Formats: sequence, C-alpha cells, structure tokens
Amino acid sequence: MLGLLGTIMLLVFAVWFIAVRRAPAKTESGARRAARWWIIGGGLVLPMTAIVLILGFGIPLGQRMLPLPVSDGEPLRINVTARQWQWQVNYPDSGIRLTDEVHIPANTPVDLHLTSDDVVHSFWVPRLGGKLDMIPGHTNVLRLQADQPGTYRGQCAEFCGTGHAHMKFRVQVHDQTAFQRWQQEVRE
Amino acid sequence: MSQAPSAEQQARNDRFERVWGNLPGWGTLSAVNHTTVGLRFLITGLIFFLVGGLLAMLIRTQLALPEQEIIGADLYNQLFTMHGTVMMFLFAIPVLEGAAMYLIPKMIGARDLVFPRLSALGYFCYLFGGLIILSSLFLQIAPDSGWFMYTPLSSREFSPGMGSDFWLLGITFVEISAISAGVELAVSILRSRAPGMSLQRMPLFSWYILAMALMIIFGFPPLILGSVLLELERAAGWVFFAVEGGGDPLLWQHLFWLFGHPEVYIIFLPAAGIVSTLIPVFAGRPIIGYRWVVLAIIMMGFVSFGLWVHHMFTVGIPQMAQAFFSVASMLVAIPTAIQIFVWLATLWAGKVRFHLPMLWIMGFLIVFVCGGLTGVMLALVPFNWQVHDTHFVVAHMHYVLVGGMLFPLVAGLYYWLPHVSGRMPSDSMGRWGFWLFFIGFNMTFLLMHLTGLLGMPRRVYTYEAGLGWGWLNLLSSVGGFVMAIGVATVILDIVLHFRFGRKASPNPWQADTLEWAIPMPVNAYNFASIPEIRSRHPLWDQPELMRSIPAGEHGLSQIEDGRRDTIGSDAVTGEAREVMHLPTNSWEPLITAAVLAGLCLSLLLKTYLLAILFAVLALVACLRWSWVNGLHPRIAPRDRTGDLPLHSRTTDGPGRWGMIVTLMADGTLFASLLFGWLYLWPVAPDWQMPEQSPLSVWGLLGSGLVLAGALGLWWRQVQGAVSVGGLLLVTVVGLAHCVALVLTAIEAGLGPGDSAHDSILAVVLAYLIFHSGLTTLLTGLQALRVRQGYTSQALPYELRVLHPLWGYTVVVYWISIVVFLALPAAFGGGA
Repeated sequence: MLGLLGTIMLLVFAVWFIAVRRAPAKTESGARRAARWWIIGGGLVLPMTAIVLILGFGIPLGQRMLPLPVSDGEPLRINVTARQWQWQVNYPDSGIRLTDEVHIPANTPVDLHLTSDDVVHSFWVPRLGGKLDMIPGHTNVLRLQADQPGTYRGQCAEFCGTGHAHMKFRVQVHDQTAFQRWQQEVRE
Repeated sequence: MSQAPSAEQQARNDRFERVWGNLPGWGTLSAVNHTTVGLRFLITGLIFFLVGGLLAMLIRTQLALPEQEIIGADLYNQLFTMHGTVMMFLFAIPVLEGAAMYLIPKMIGARDLVFPRLSALGYFCYLFGGLIILSSLFLQIAPDSGWFMYTPLSSREFSPGMGSDFWLLGITFVEISAISAGVELAVSILRSRAPGMSLQRMPLFSWYILAMALMIIFGFPPLILGSVLLELERAAGWVFFAVEGGGDPLLWQHLFWLFGHPEVYIIFLPAAGIVSTLIPVFAGRPIIGYRWVVLAIIMMGFVSFGLWVHHMFTVGIPQMAQAFFSVASMLVAIPTAIQIFVWLATLWAGKVRFHLPMLWIMGFLIVFVCGGLTGVMLALVPFNWQVHDTHFVVAHMHYVLVGGMLFPLVAGLYYWLPHVSGRMPSDSMGRWGFWLFFIGFNMTFLLMHLTGLLGMPRRVYTYEAGLGWGWLNLLSSVGGFVMAIGVATVILDIVLHFRFGRKASPNPWQADTLEWAIPMPVNAYNFASIPEIRSRHPLWDQPELMRSIPAGEHGLSQIEDGRRDTIGSDAVTGEAREVMHLPTNSWEPLITAAVLAGLCLSLLLKTYLLAILFAVLALVACLRWSWVNGLHPRIAPRDRTGDLPLHSRTTDGPGRWGMIVTLMADGTLFASLLFGWLYLWPVAPDWQMPEQSPLSVWGLLGSGLVLAGALGLWWRQVQGAVSVGGLLLVTVVGLAHCVALVLTAIEAGLGPGDSAHDSILAVVLAYLIFHSGLTTLLTGLQALRVRQGYTSQALPYELRVLHPLWGYTVVVYWISIVVFLALPAAFGGGA
C-alpha cells in the first residue's frame, strides 16, 4: 500500500512540475480537451481505482481480526479491566488474577474482554497489532494471536489523565507447554 | 488609478467615506463595517496562532529528549489541550471567517455584509470568549482532558477543577461568532450580489464560502448541544454521559465528531477557495472546469457529514457500520482529487508567473497531497487500528491542517496584502520565510510518521529511552524551532512591508475578480458605484470597470438621507430586487457581547443569581437592538426614490433569509437532541424507561392544541388582516400555551439528577418553553410596532421575518410529542 500511494504521490508531483514549466496551450479548445482528460483520469478514475484496490486488500484483512467463532473449541478468554492507571487482568476459567501483565499462549486465538472502571482507556500492544477502546459500561472483545513467544510492550492508547504516559503493561507469550506450566505455577 | 481622481469624484468619495467610515478614537469600537471587522478577526486570529505556536514549542521542548521532566504531566496535559483548542477554535475558524468577511462583499460587488452588526457581535464574542479561555492558562487551571474533552475524563468526578468549565462555556461563547458568521455569509452571498452576477458567474471563492457557511450552520450545533449537556452534567449533576443513571460516554464522542469531522472541511474549503482564486490569476487564464469544482465542493459538503465515525473506529462499532464509514471516508478522495486535477489542468494550459503567493501554493500542494494519501491509509480500518492515537495520526493531521489551511492562508495573505496596504510584499525575505517554514515543517512532521509507526502514542508527556524514538523526537523538535523562525520571518516581512513595500499599481496581479477594482489602499465603502456584471471574470472581460466604478458611472452612486445602501439581488439569477439599507456604527454589538461575557463568567464562577441577571440583561439588550430596526424612524427615514424599493418595504428581505438560515442551525440542534434520546434509549447500559411517562399526556396535548390555535390566528394576521388587537390576541393565546406548558413541566416532577431519561426530558421541555416564550414575546412586540406604525398591512416586512419562527415552534412542539411521548408509549416501558 505504501508503495502504491508513494507512486501516486510522486506522479502527481512530477505532472505538477511539468505543468508549471511547460508553455501555455496553443488553442483554447486543445486546452479544454486535455483538461477533460486530466479531470476524468485524475479526479475520478485514479481515486476510484485506488479505493477499490485498498478495500480489496483491506476488507479480508479486517475480517481476520474479528472475534469470529474458531473451528475447534472456545478461544481462551481473558477479562481486562482498566482503571486510572493500571490494568486488572482476570482469567475466568482458571481464576488467575494479575496486574499490569498478561500471559497468553502462542499460536492460539485469545479473546480479550475489555472494559473500564473509570474513564476511557485503550488496550494496545503495538507488535501484536489491534487496539480497542475500553469504555465504562461497555465490553469490547479484541482477538489477538501471537506467532512468536516472547515479551511484548503494551500501553494505554487513549488519553486518560495525569498517569497516561506511564500506564503500561507487559504481554508474556509462552509456547503451549510453557503456558500450561505457568498456569500451574500461578495457581499454586 | 493612473490619473488622479477629478474634483467631483473626490467630493463623492469624501461623502461616502463620511457615511461609511468608523467613528474616531474610542468610537472605533462601534465599527460594524465588514472591512474593519474582517481585519480585526484576522489580526486577533493571528495573535492566537502565535499563542498556539508558543504552546507547541513548549511541547516540542518537553519531548525533545526521553525521560525529561522540564514540564510535568499536569502542565503538559494543559499545554496539548490548549494547543489543539486554540489552533482549532481561536485561530483556524475565526481567521478564515475574517478573511471571508473581508473578501466576500468585495468579490460579489456589495458594500457590506447584510447584517453588519451581527458580524461585530460575533467578533466581540470571539474576542471575549478567547480571552476567557486563555486566562485559564495563566491561572494554571486550563482544561487538561484533550481538545476532544472525552467524558468521563472531563466529567466532574475525574476533572474536579474549573478547567473543563472554561472549555465548555468559553467555546460555546466563541461558537456564537461562528454561527453568526455562518448566517451572515450565507445570506450575503445569496442575496447581495451585484446585479447580473448569477450563480454561474459567481467567483469560485464565493462558492467555497457559501459551502463553508452552510456547513457551519449544520456542523456546529451538535457541539454546542454536547457542551451544554456536559456543563449541565458537571454543574447541576444531570445525567447524559455517565453510565450510572442511564447515560453513555459514547454519546459525547458521537456529538463531538458529528461536529469535529465537518469542522476539518469547514477549515479546508475556504483555504481551497484561496487556491482556486490564485491559480487562475497566476496561470493567466480562467480556471478549467468551473462546474467540476462546484460539483466537488457540493459533494465534499455532503460527504463530510457522513464521516464522523471514522474517528471512532477503535471504540467497538459494529463491523457493517465500520465498513460503511470506511467507504465514505475514502469517497472524500474523489472531490479532493477533482479539485487537485482542475488546478493542475489550469496550470497545464496557462502560462505560470511564479510570484511569492505561488510558492506557498506549491508548498500547499506537496504537503496536502501527502496528508491526503496518509488519510486514505487511515480510512482503512485494520491500519487505523494499528496507528490510531499514535504520532502517525499527529503527523497526518498536521499535514492535512497545516498543508490544507495554513499554506493557502499565507498565500492569500501575501496575495491580498496590497489590497489592504497599497504596497507590495518583498520578494527575498518572503522566500526565506517560506523555505524556513517548509523545511522546518517537513523535518518535524515527516519524521513523526515514523515515530508513530514505531509505536509512540499521542499525548504522553514523556517516553522511555531505548525505544528508538529518541533521535526522531530530537530532530522533530529542532524542525519545530526552524518552523518557528520561518513564522517570525514571515511576520517581520509583513510588518516591514507596511513601511518599506513599494507602492502597488492598480490590480497588481492582473486578477479577474471585482475586489481589485477598489482603489488601494482599501476604503470603507468598497464601490463608489455598483456595476452590472456580465461575465464570470469581470475585470478581464470588462476592463473599463477599473475606471468606471470609482468614477461613479454605475448604480447607487448617490447617497440618500445619509444612509448606507447596497443592492439586494435574486438568489439565483442575480437580478437586482431591492436596495438594502444597512445599519451604521453601533454600540449594540459591544454591549450585547459584554453582557454575554458577564453571563459566561458568572456561570463559570457558579454565581447563578448573577447569571440570571445577566441572562435577563442579554434579553433586554437583544430586544432593544431589534426595536431600533426595520422602519424605526431612527434607522429608515423614508422610502427611496427610483425603481428599486428599500428592503424594509418588501416581504422577502434579508431578515427573513437570516431567520430561515438561523432556524436551520436551531433545527440541527434539536435534531442532535433527538439523536441523543434515540441513541441512549437502546444503547446506554443502564437506561431506564419508566412504565408510564411522567409527563401528563392531556397537559401536553392541550397545550399543543392551544399553540396550534395561536398559529391559526397568527396566520390570519400574516395573510393580510394585520391589527394591534389581532396580534395581541395571538400573544395572549401564545401566553396561555406557555403557562400550560410550564405547569405540565412542573407537575411532571422530573428528577434530572437521577436518570438520563428525566434529564433529556427536562432539556426538551426547557427548549420548547424557550421557543414558545420567545415567539410569544416577539409577537407582543409586533403588536406594539404596529401601533407605532413600524409594521402595517402595507409594510408587513417584520411579520414575514417572524413567520418562519412561528412555523418552527409549532413543528418542534409536535415532533417532541411524537418522539418523547408517543414512541415510548408504543415501544417503551422498562426497555
């Protein structure tokens, strides 16, 4: 997408540069004919093509990020409640409770049920993608799937007051067995 | 003028200057002339721009290095909130309104705007409101929940200080100036063009401003409503946005962005209008594709109201709705692209002269196209989810706003400077200013795209070292300071030119629009005579106008009874229809604005008795203003001789148009209120709808029938049988309706502190009582005016002005009964 848009940009600049430099049109009718092509080509065809291309690329991608039912079983559910300025993480299946850290298994879809106790916050892990607001009175579901085990930085992405800049959390991605082991350890 | 004006011409000019000029000394505060008021808007706006820029410098200082504590989180939050607020509400919109107020009458061949006192009132509301907002910064209690003021962060619980109140009350006060400018510009463009200037011959700039004015009319009321509701929630404990009690914080976001997105186009359209004016002039040929541009403007105006949700892609909106708004957001690319290629085609076909204004136009093109393309990227939901609320959006937004607004604005400033000062800007210093600004700007914001993609969120006052953001932020800060030097250079250049610039020759850029037929530097009355327009490019196709207009060879070259006159024309064909008599210098705008400022301050200090006093005073000030109007002997001594009647002797004058446009804004406010009700009802998590409405059905229906009866009686008056007694009867019946309505409201025993349901009903009732009361009161005043002879069967001008208000009052009353009484009865009950 960057490439496509970058090319459009450079082309527009180039044509513009030529337009400023070149000699004026010889006849008025010639100028009008050329202009019609510019306007129809650049003003209608170009943006419409770009829109169709981008949507064709974007809509399937957006579909993949939706919390649709998965084929085998239920995705792991984690409740996250934000408040000024911390994250309460709760695993309803296992009863585990954490603050400011989330542990998830790799290569498994995870549904985060997000809400807030006070003001609007937003849950965001830049390298895992996706970002969803946490709004008092509402619960939003964010589907995440991490491909690689490791530690990821997360932070609040909606301005929420004095502590906003420091409202961070850590996402620890384990492989399947390590995740089971971690759950055992925490429960004991 | 190449030759000195003749003695006769000079005498006429002096006469005009006496009638149209401002009073000397302090009297200048009573000025209502559009040239003066427009320039005041521009200068005040530029001063606020410097304030906003200073705040930006402080922000960039804090962010230059990681983990700095020069400015703490609290002050930083105030700084970025105020930067956004000042730039949007106190700079961008007022400056463009000011430019439009200055230019529009001059471009369409009028001597002033049609409601000059309204523009002066708007200016003072803007000035006082701006100062009130700014004062909070010096007291260090400035609003600090972002310029978008999301609840519940901005609510009483989480922002207990006065910051949010400053924002809500101050901005609402400033909005008065936006709405009044919207009404004023729309009616002036439609009704006061020079004879023969049909819509198809109107300069493109007027089309852009017409669209902007109408967008203000439909775009600002949701924000005004939202601000009033939020202030009621904060000050009186009513419930609209708090979950507990049945509100929803998302309602604020909807109301805010219902305003906020059109707002972007309200800023962009006039700037694009400047581009569309300058490019043909410097290409030395008419714009190619005038119709395409008009089509694009109209399309932009409509589409921009369907986009607001794209600011809310991350709040958890249903997928279908997201897809809809995503497509709508991308559709905006089409009218934008049409305009860009029209400009391109015009340059392609013409021979370009490369003066200083063109340099800024080129800067606009480059910066704005980049911003537009990143905008297309943001319209894509998955990408948006990733970069929403990061510095990528900060970069995008500045490319669009600075590129789309500031660059054309500076181009326009340089272009029209000679018009104001009679002198040409310097070329070399101007170029320095441009390059410093352009390089500084790109250094700051081009890099910021990358900072955002690397994951730096917005609105954080500091960040850790070692995330790879450090060097980018440092360079951005350096760029910011280069940009500031650029701004200083441009300002210095402009100030120096007033003294050292070389004298401009008439029509220095060889432009095609009428404003250049005015002798430079500008005078108070624009045109000594108002010509008949026969082409879209009057100064190219009728070059003799340069001489014949100042020589007084066209219409209205004589002053009658010391009155300020201009020609009123048909909205479509531009045919002359009447002579509009315009008010002269007046203290009323200043007095009214001062009283309103008192109201704003007393609400801010929560001294409600004082607030009631100021509200009554404001009403008195407005009524006094309206009393000395129309056929009042102090303002319209007698009809004129000649073929065109004076506007106050017609039935479809500017007053009626002003009333209708104002009611369009009022109706949008009412529609936003309906939206709030219909939104909270199904969506708010704790919404409670009582089994039976607390409002008495019989009370409301009975009161409504009395109101309908009053309308019937009023109708007979307007149809011709005007009499003092008849109007008094309408007033009494209207009063009976008001009393019944008030009693019904009291009897309902609403508890707005407990539930959103009751809060909204209370607001609706207040709205209805206000409108019924106002309509009744004005009808009573009409009865007095008939007795005084200012209105009569033969001269029903004012009745015609009031007529739409009567219709409106009755319609909103019955819509309210259907929506707030019948709908819940049919579908409600505990839902």
